[in-house]
Amino acid sequence: MFRNNYDNDSVTFSPQGRIFQVEYASEAVKQGSVVVGIASKTHTVLVALKRNAEELSSYQKKVIGIDSHVGIALAGLASDARVLSNFMKQQALASKMTYGRPIPLERIVTQIGDRAQTSTQVYGKRPYGVGLLVAGVDETGPHLFEFQPSGMTQEMVACAIGARSQMARTYLERHLEEFADSSRDELIKHGLRALKESLSQDKELTIDNASVGVTGMASDGKRKTESFKLYDGAEVGPLLEAALEGAEPAAETRVAEGGEGADAGDSMEVDT
Amino acid sequence: MNHLPQAWGRPRDDVYGPYDASYLQSSHPQTHTQQPIVTGTSVLAVKFKDGVVIAADNLASYGSLARFTDVKRLRPFNSRAIVGIGGDVSDMQYLDRLLNSLDVTENYSSEGHGLNARNLHTYLSKVMYKRRSDVNPLWNQMLVAGLDGDDKPFLSSVDLLGTTFSSPTLATGFGAHLAQPLLRKVADDESQVSDVTREKAVDAVKECMKVLFYRDARSLDKYSIAVVTKEGGVELKEDEQLENQSWAFAETIRGYGRTQEV
Repeated sequence: MFRNNYDNDSVTFSPQGRIFQVEYASEAVKQGSVVVGIASKTHTVLVALKRNAEELSSYQKKVIGIDSHVGIALAGLASDARVLSNFMKQQALASKMTYGRPIPLERIVTQIGDRAQTSTQVYGKRPYGVGLLVAGVDETGPHLFEFQPSGMTQEMVACAIGARSQMARTYLERHLEEFADSSRDELIKHGLRALKESLSQDKELTIDNASVGVTGMASDGKRKTESFKLYDGAEVGPLLEAALEGAEPAAETRVAEGGEGADAGDSMEVDT
Repeated sequence: MNHLPQAWGRPRDDVYGPYDASYLQSSHPQTHTQQPIVTGTSVLAVKFKDGVVIAADNLASYGSLARFTDVKRLRPFNSRAIVGIGGDVSDMQYLDRLLNSLDVTENYSSEGHGLNARNLHTYLSKVMYKRRSDVNPLWNQMLVAGLDGDDKPFLSSVDLLGTTFSSPTLATGFGAHLAQPLLRKVADDESQVSDVTREKAVDAVKECMKVLFYRDARSLDKYSIAVVTKEGGVELKEDEQLENQSWAFAETIRGYGRTQEV
């Protein structure tokens, strides 16, 4: 019987140069429901599809405010995301306390990146089973970062992670040129439409299962920021209406999911 | 010399009396700074419409002895912040190292996020308050001068207790008594700052440095002066000499043991 001997811990390379525990952690991200992030010259949006474990339960939170200028959206193990978000909240608060300055996005992303990398190199630790989109504004403008369990972080113009996210990414690639000069409302619209692309055919966006988080530069006066705003529940209604009115029904010809289980999102739910 | 090895190398009891063995103990009670030793005197600063001017003399005194005459007490941090430090000089040197490491960590991790004067002042106030809460204060009073997040002039003080306050004109040490009232003639409150030109602010500070040299026995006529503006960054001159001194007034002084009032 074949058995993988190189996935017992996260510190051992396989002879092919792979670390299986880290790859398994990335699989957990692919099983979380999809989240989309986009940045323009003035704003960032995070859009997420929420899931409920059963009819009787509430929907799992997908977008979390970190500070008045930063928010995250998660795909994967929500409990790992909670630990990371608590850490990020602490770091943001520490920056406010010691320097009286909102923490720079690049800095807070590097910090969670370093933390996640540690658990791929220290025996007895396990990688975080969650991917994050970190969006916010600082002195240098709006930023969107992607974070993976491997500790990899990179700045993105637009990004989608989670189950069936390939379809959302295809939408984002198709509309890439429009994002930079989009207004706040247009950016939300793009986010929700990208999210809609990745839904399976029997699902649709509702006020229950959609979340939107927005940060941006305030329109009045330079260098000031608009405080992180989370739209949840009834508040999402008008946004959904605006985004989906006149939008063509989701393309029937789906792009093949590259390497992701096509229906993983429905059978193996991880956002719990 | 006797036959007891533990007595070798020690003063003979029969000659010098019994040796105080308490000096041989390897552990001592932990002690903290109780007073400053080598000290710098006043730091002066004035806001003007485009920036801030700050000055301090180059003297480090050992009690009343003018011990070191080329000690630079203005510490530039970056192109928009400078710190003037009065009080204990060894603690000032520690703060200098602290600011060095802060600068390194700030520049190491990301670009475009340099700390402004307000951020620096907040940081220093936390450092000072932490140390006073440990009952181990850094015996200094500092003026942080520069530009804030909106590139507006910024000037604020923090002392050994972690107390902070701000004003269009500030002075530490002897200058707090002698120079502050003179500087207030230039700008009494925030609304008057916009009428103060750079020349007026620099002249006022230089005049006050001179008055302080006349009357503060722990001061020197060699001083450092810096101007922080958005356009020019930190313009620091460290080897200035007080010009046009006139000691004629000294003849008129009566009392203080110099001459007896008749």
